[in-house]
Amino acid sequence: MLELNVNGRIMRVDVEPEMPLLWVLRDHLGLPGTKYGCGISACGACTVHLDGEAVRSCSVPVSTAQGKKVTTIEGLSKHGLHAVQKAWIEHEVPQCGYCQTGMIMATVALLEKHPQPTDAQIDEIVTNLCRCGTYARVRKAIHALAKS
Amino acid sequence: MTLTVSRREFLKVSTLLGGGLALEFSFPMLSRAAAGGPGTEVNAWIVIHPDERVVIRIARSEMGQGTFTALAQLVAEELDCDWSRVSAEFASPNENFRRNHVWGAMSTGGSRGVRTSQDYVRKAGASARQMLVTAAAEQWGVPVAECTVDRGVITHAASGRKLRYGQVATAAARIAPPKEVTLRDPKDWKIAGKPLHRLDIPDKVMGKPVFGVDVSLPGMLHASIAQCPVFGGKLVSVDASAAGKMRGVKRIVREDNFVAVVADSWWRADEALKKLVIQWDAGSYAHASNDTVTAMLQEGLAASDLPQARMMGDTATALKGAAKVVEAEYHAPYINHATLEPQTCTAWFKPEGFLDIWTSTQDGEASMIAAAAASGLPLEKIEVHKMMLGGGFGRRGGPQDFVTQGVLIAKALPGVPVKLMWSRSEDMRHGFYRPASIVRMKAGLDAQGHLVALHTKVACPSILKILRPAALPKNGVDPTAVRSFYDMPYAVPNQQVDYAMRNGHVPVGFWRAPGQQNAFYRECFIDELAAMAGQDPVAYRQSMLKEDDKNRLVLEAVARAAGWGTPLPSGMYRGVAVADGFDSFTATVAEVSVNAKGEPRVHRVVVAIDSGYVVNPDTCRAQAESNVIFGLGSILYQENNLKDGSIVESNFHDFRLPQISEMPQVETLLVPTGGFWGGHGEPAILALAPAVCNAIYQATGTRVRSLPLKHHDLLRHSSLGNEAGVT
Ligand code: FES
Ligand code: FES
Repeated sequence: MLELNVNGRIMRVDVEPEMPLLWVLRDHLGLPGTKYGCGISACGACTVHLDGEAVRSCSVPVSTAQGKKVTTIEGLSKHGLHAVQKAWIEHEVPQCGYCQTGMIMATVALLEKHPQPTDAQIDEIVTNLCRCGTYARVRKAIHALAKS
Repeated sequence: MTLTVSRREFLKVSTLLGGGLALEFSFPMLSRAAAGGPGTEVNAWIVIHPDERVVIRIARSEMGQGTFTALAQLVAEELDCDWSRVSAEFASPNENFRRNHVWGAMSTGGSRGVRTSQDYVRKAGASARQMLVTAAAEQWGVPVAECTVDRGVITHAASGRKLRYGQVATAAARIAPPKEVTLRDPKDWKIAGKPLHRLDIPDKVMGKPVFGVDVSLPGMLHASIAQCPVFGGKLVSVDASAAGKMRGVKRIVREDNFVAVVADSWWRADEALKKLVIQWDAGSYAHASNDTVTAMLQEGLAASDLPQARMMGDTATALKGAAKVVEAEYHAPYINHATLEPQTCTAWFKPEGFLDIWTSTQDGEASMIAAAAASGLPLEKIEVHKMMLGGGFGRRGGPQDFVTQGVLIAKALPGVPVKLMWSRSEDMRHGFYRPASIVRMKAGLDAQGHLVALHTKVACPSILKILRPAALPKNGVDPTAVRSFYDMPYAVPNQQVDYAMRNGHVPVGFWRAPGQQNAFYRECFIDELAAMAGQDPVAYRQSMLKEDDKNRLVLEAVARAAGWGTPLPSGMYRGVAVADGFDSFTATVAEVSVNAKGEPRVHRVVVAIDSGYVVNPDTCRAQAESNVIFGLGSILYQENNLKDGSIVESNFHDFRLPQISEMPQVETLLVPTGGFWGGHGEPAILALAPAVCNAIYQATGTRVRSLPLKHHDLLRHSSLGNEAGVT
């Protein structure tokens, strides 16, 4: 049994220590908001926070997450929507929406580090892939958040 | 109204008994509609609840293009209800089948979602409004003509009485629908035509389980699949001795052309899949490669007696008499759709003899038909629960391979729901690719450089032949292969378009704006001719477009907005192109630079679109942005190569998607001129590649006649060495 702290709750799962955190979340803990896109750390659809840092959960063995705080899109905000989620609705960022939970998690982490990010910082840190091409609105929403 | 328990309701109940929580997770759209008591179905499209909530049923799929909301807007516009109380749900494919296709077509592709259903969905809204007003008038005993409606409130001004839709919905449902309805003039629209927030976005930003891969059912198992790497190959044998012992593995399913591992989590299934020792019979294409594809297409171009897609005037004679004849050959490679959500299908053979499917599909009815064929069950026993698509772009409509597989896998485990999800590498290597094609164009110019004759030969696999053979015209000319040539708007008196269908073994499909390679070929070649004639690219095109041609209107609009002809900062160059398709007209100006290393960068893209009407301007703009960056990947670096009969690329490390840093500034001009309904999901990609490549010519003197750009040396400034063959 592994013990995990996910979204502020202690959860126990009986899985292999090498199972990527992504699959523990999706298939064993019933938290499907975190997505699979590539499995090789290339797309960011699986982005979650480990102790506040954005990580690509497809490439994090669950054992590494032990003793750390895991935050997924489902636990991003205790009360209603997180400011980033609100901005995403306000600026109509998502298209199909599949990449967007990862995109939101990456953005939350970015704004923690750089509350007023430059375009260069956005380019460097929000490297999540979006097949639908929502990038212009992602950037716009981030700048709007930085102002508010 | 007689109360019939629909299959939909039956499913809700049975699933609830199976595990109430699962319902919440699996049917967010339905559960929202179902909460708070039953509503009344006023007609097939509209359910009204006593508390004034209005649920609008949507027949088309939602893959990010915004149709789910736009269609609801059109219904709500005519219904005249309170938009803040509107939610939407997908109409059931099974019910559509049983109710004589009451919701029309479910197929969602070709940018048809709005344009080919706007008429009947608006009529459904108007008809329901009339029934609701009639019900109120009858209750009051006053003439219908004395009643007015505003946002779901019916008023009889003379007596000051008011009734809400929710209060008369049950009575309205008993009234016969009117034979004729009058639709609102779009200039009076209050809900349609407005940039309203999309209905599906809140669930998506919250990470609610709305996608096909998110389905969760009691006792559900997971499957990962391996298909023969060579298209058309067969499974010979599988040694599962190691895999079968791995943790969580429940079943190895062997089929004709695939093997799947079923386990209690997807990762366990996929890990075991990697341990299978599989023998394939690659079949007769084991040695196919890029070279064999090129040879196949070249043979097509050289063939005589090809069928014609267009014959105007006498092209052969006109070419002989031309002052100058210019010839060029263009090429584009296979490209995968690479939807970010891989192909997926959950299937559940239920003890009562029903089969339930949950899938991300562009065509719920095609999914149902595929499930019937794979299961041997009649259609009435099958329900397809349409989930939100994590991208579609044409991958999940015609081909229903994922449904067939999902059903075959679940068939091996009756009573157990099984969710199949493809790994990224399966998805990359088993697509229905944008066809690779080669096009040869031969232009005859008069002494002034005017284009008087154009002979085009297209060698390209046929999408229809592979996916919709019944729709292929008798002469064997696939319109998707000759788009932009057989319907070229330029007034050129002599035109001949020949089509060589050469299919090979790589499956091809409807990749966003099928046939859009041709717009690249045509509009780059036209640019070559303009340069040769010493004319401005916009003026040259204008001279060939009639005064009132909508292609000309968008061309002029985009030229104005982009500041065509005005100076640019040093190092920046412009290119232009125009193309119509999906009943819309688009023109694009791209601003591009090429750095000292020869790397191109697209800075600004201005797109003008005339779609006749615009139902949601914000989602239309979003689609233009989407087309630009989706198209840019295919221009800059995307391609799928063929080696030993298989696709070489396997994931996003060797099939790049553009990142945020590569997103150009996109300015979208919506210039709807009314009187027709055009699409938005695809048109804006058409003119992008030629606009970008024409700008690259301005920047470097290099004519780009094949994509992607990564294969071109853009450092050469050799405007002379790269001209089309002139005779
Ligand atoms: S799924 Fe983890 S980065 Fe793509
Ligand atoms: S919104 Fe579809 S992949 Fe990003």
